[in-house]
Amino acid sequence: MDGRLARVAVSLTPPSRRWCALVLGVGAAIAFLQSAAGMAPEMPELALENPAPGIYVHYGQQAEMTRANFGDVANLGFVVGARCVAVIDTGGTFAVGRALRRAIQRIATVPVCYVINTHVHPDHVFGNAAFTDDHPQFIGHVRLADAMRRRGPNYLNALRRDLGDIAQQSAIVLPTRSIATTEELDLGGRILSLRAWPTAHTDTDLTVFDDASRTLWLGDLLFVGHVPVLDGNLRGFLAAIAELKTVRANLAIPGHGRALAWPEAIAPEERYLTGILAEVRAAIKGKRTLAETLATVDTGGERWLLFDEFHRRNVTAAYAELEWDE
Amino acid sequence: MTARLACVILALGVACAGAARGQDAGPADSAVWKKVHASMFGNAILEAADGVVTLDTPKRAEDAAIVPLAIRAQFPQTKERHIETIWLVIDNNPSPIAAVFRFTPESGRADIETRVRIEEYTYVRAVARTNDGKLYMAANYVKASGGCSAPAGKDAVAAKANLGRIRLSVHDGVEAGRPAIAQLMISHPNDSGLAMDQVTRSYATPHFVRRVEVRYAGKPVMNADVDFSISENPNFRFYFVPAGGGELDAKVVDNQDLEFTARVKLDSPRLGAVSTPH
Repeated sequence: MDGRLARVAVSLTPPSRRWCALVLGVGAAIAFLQSAAGMAPEMPELALENPAPGIYVHYGQQAEMTRANFGDVANLGFVVGARCVAVIDTGGTFAVGRALRRAIQRIATVPVCYVINTHVHPDHVFGNAAFTDDHPQFIGHVRLADAMRRRGPNYLNALRRDLGDIAQQSAIVLPTRSIATTEELDLGGRILSLRAWPTAHTDTDLTVFDDASRTLWLGDLLFVGHVPVLDGNLRGFLAAIAELKTVRANLAIPGHGRALAWPEAIAPEERYLTGILAEVRAAIKGKRTLAETLATVDTGGERWLLFDEFHRRNVTAAYAELEWDE
Repeated sequence: MTARLACVILALGVACAGAARGQDAGPADSAVWKKVHASMFGNAILEAADGVVTLDTPKRAEDAAIVPLAIRAQFPQTKERHIETIWLVIDNNPSPIAAVFRFTPESGRADIETRVRIEEYTYVRAVARTNDGKLYMAANYVKASGGCSAPAGKDAVAAKANLGRIRLSVHDGVEAGRPAIAQLMISHPNDSGLAMDQVTRSYATPHFVRRVEVRYAGKPVMNADVDFSISENPNFRFYFVPAGGGELDAKVVDNQDLEFTARVKLDSPRLGAVSTPH
């Protein structure tokens, strides 16, 4: 990006170039002052719910990230043990992460020792930077570091573009501990079981199971109300759902939407994804192109929040995946 | 004045690291485009593409990694009048010239459908040169996708594992002398290598398709120089004019000089042979 801008600046005519250098200089000075001030704006206190002893959930808004919502659009939470606290997802900006950290400090008397990211998406990870002073282990799927490296700069650029100063201090914080299959974390009298999944919602999906309360944190392997989003592999997503349904959990906490009883919670999502699979396979079999398929996409069916924002994208991803099968 | 405006936009970009921005004033005012125009076309005037080509893009990149687009010629390819070259330009991608497609009278129609990555709010342009040397441009503004969609692929490990699968196919119902649709699919990460490793501060190795050559009965029907603005698993739909039997063959070369080939015999026009890189 910087290289391209530099090349463009050079191509301008000489008088404009001088002018441009001045403006760029002023711009750089403003940037310096901003970063010197550099603080993310304050947001209101995060509302928390406490569905089981030691389990705290903050429900993000069912919306895309905007300045008005501070990027607070994903569900976040934490589990409190006798020894320490595990945070599960940190929000879409530093501001959200900081608000979550303050909420934890109000409730827990033990330190934060783990910050777990359920996957790479920005609404779940950009609050990580608010926890670096706690020196926790940052924990993610074995592919999370690579995914953050590939996607991080683009996510940060989009966050700054769309949220402006609200995005201050938001940063990529890579995992310091990777989960390849399953691992347990001991919070002191409380065991969390982590499980890394093959590519499904993304290629970095990680679930967290609290044995004491039989609570299952699914990240974006479960959407409730919010239309499911496909950014990995559709058949992998459906396979993960089939496997997850066998987990004997009492309560399921989705990445978006209200916590519900398990496995009933996932039935609408499974129907939706199965429907896309059938629809897109039929389109490919009927020799319809991706553009033709998108033009005639089924907009009926169940009512989902944010359907217009994500459904066509899901069909696009499914088509690109499935056309190699035919 | 417009240069100054661009300057202010650039400076604000530096100051605010790309705070929310609206659509550029018009397709001619894009700073990147001015540079591309000067370097590719010099002082040549580009006429409006009405009656020559249309460019179909979505208004918004739903999935930043897979944005379908189509460039359609508005007249058939003949010896007397045909489109020779179409440049596909995406102003605000890291490498704005996404592809240069070349057609012949044997193409039948100078249509091309493919999928691209869209990094940012941007103009997308198709510039067509006809055989009389005239240049025509169609331009559409495309909004970037929402925050959780990235131009990177969905599964880097799978993309590497599937590298080199290639499929060339021809639609059913081929008639001699009438333009027929063919599709070329290449399983390839088409990776820019632009993502920096946050730990080592080094860049990944770029690995992308750079050249596509399709011939029918030994004559070129569609050639393309492409780069990593084309989506992972590059996919092209185009026309050629069959004459009874004969063979359609495709050769694809990437920037590491891996070569992938596929061919279809027109008497069994379903799927092309799958070949391994060599």
